[in-house]
Amino acid sequence: MIARIREQFPILHQEINGHPLVYLDNAATSQKPQVVIDAVKRYYEWENSNVHRGVHTLGSRATDAYEGAREKVARFINAESSEQIIFTRGTTTALNLVASSYARSVCGPGDEIVLTEMEHHSNLIPWQQVAIATGATLKYIPLQPDGTIRVEDVEALVTDRTKLVAIAYVSNVMGVIHPVKQIAEIAHRHGAVIVVDGAQSTPHMKVDVQDIGCDFYALSGHKMCAPTGIGALYGKKALLEAMEPIEFGGEMINDVGLYESTWKELPWKFEGGTPIIAGAVGLGAAIDFLQEIGMDAIEQHEEKLAAYAMNRLSELEGVTIYGPRERKVGIVTFNLGDIHPHDVATVLDAQGIAIRAGHHCCQPLMRWLKVSSTARASFYLYNTEEDVDRLVSALIQTKEYFGDAT
Amino acid sequence: MQLDDLYRRVIMDHYKNPRNRGKFEDDAVTVDLNNPTCGDRISLQLKVENGVVADAKYTGEGCSISMSSASMMTDAVKGKSLEEALSLADRFSSLMQGEDVEFEEYEDIEALSGVNKFPARIKCATLAWNALRKGIDAK
Repeated sequence: MIARIREQFPILHQEINGHPLVYLDNAATSQKPQVVIDAVKRYYEWENSNVHRGVHTLGSRATDAYEGAREKVARFINAESSEQIIFTRGTTTALNLVASSYARSVCGPGDEIVLTEMEHHSNLIPWQQVAIATGATLKYIPLQPDGTIRVEDVEALVTDRTKLVAIAYVSNVMGVIHPVKQIAEIAHRHGAVIVVDGAQSTPHMKVDVQDIGCDFYALSGHKMCAPTGIGALYGKKALLEAMEPIEFGGEMINDVGLYESTWKELPWKFEGGTPIIAGAVGLGAAIDFLQEIGMDAIEQHEEKLAAYAMNRLSELEGVTIYGPRERKVGIVTFNLGDIHPHDVATVLDAQGIAIRAGHHCCQPLMRWLKVSSTARASFYLYNTEEDVDRLVSALIQTKEYFGDAT
Repeated sequence: MQLDDLYRRVIMDHYKNPRNRGKFEDDAVTVDLNNPTCGDRISLQLKVENGVVADAKYTGEGCSISMSSASMMTDAVKGKSLEEALSLADRFSSLMQGEDVEFEEYEDIEALSGVNKFPARIKCATLAWNALRKGIDAK
């Protein structure tokens, strides 16, 4: 099974620095299967045209391909309808759209935005900017020593002044799954909306936005086998309908006058300019690919791999692992003695192993962990236990190489 | 790719036995610089007297390359005029671009020539030197 999956990713079959590539930087971006590469190629060879404009045949083909991809995204996360899916450049743009359009219009002095210190910068700075511009207050849900949060703390923090709760479904550093469904329920009880950063959850598990009950959900294509530069924002229909566009131009208009204009209906009023058509087509192909394998199968595979990696890494002397002992998602962040993560990543790279080293776009979380940076290995559907073994033996060699630094 | 090209013995020596690590009690030109992509940080202090770097110290956090580079740089600039220190910084930039440069005043620096083969690590090596330039500019 896994061999058949690996066969479909051309990039995996190469040597890096004389060793077969072991790609463990999937939380940063995933690799692309041949079907996605082919879908983008086919689009440019047979369908390329601008959407929603041309009367000609290619115009219809491109529009069908683009709108077809939107329907795939809607079904993939179980949105009520495809008009609630807005294509964006990625999670960052999706979250910024909610911040600039929705949050700025509803927040005022004394209102509250609730979030956590472990948010990715893209789910933190937009809210900071809203707070600075509107006089709203940022409130942080306290973190437990293992990086989890407690529902009772959310309960205590959210008040009737809370306008918005922003939280990642899965932390990109700590590998924890947050109880977003319960948090959504708390937020709604106080009349607040909940924005879920789905960058690290959508690629790896079955997501049902209606079951979560979230008001907004943001995702990135490139972390789930699709090209870079495409992502989506899901929103509740009534909220999206009431929101003003933040980008104006072609494509998004209904009627343009000299002094006033009106907008198209959802979702197009938020998609000013020629959209990322080929990217959307690639995302549609990636969703087909993932669904053919099955999100349940992917989830199970990663859970098994995460448990194996946690066991093998914790056997290593001098390794500090951040986050809870139990993992359901394939993200393991660690440090190896006193060896700087950059040095670890360089030694691993010399053996063909790609991991991430740095602050993972989570500077506040690094401060909370009292480290300047960490190493992170993150897995996806094509990784194997052998990849984990290669990682562990390379880490042992790293320790030997740096001698008494550990 | 040979790791030993990067992590030469001289570099590891400076990393494990850093020279000039610490802070001056009294006034000194202080430059705080960080590398936002990786979190490496340096706080460089220069004592400049009559156009000469009389003494230099640093504190910071970072990888073996950035910290050993800071250790070497602070050693190398001591007793140098500001112009000489800038010329060292210029030659260090050339070294990072793969040019064959000699540092007869302080040969340890030449051990960092291997960094050039590891493009992702060049910014680690240049952090301390960028702090030096800023410190000299501030003077």
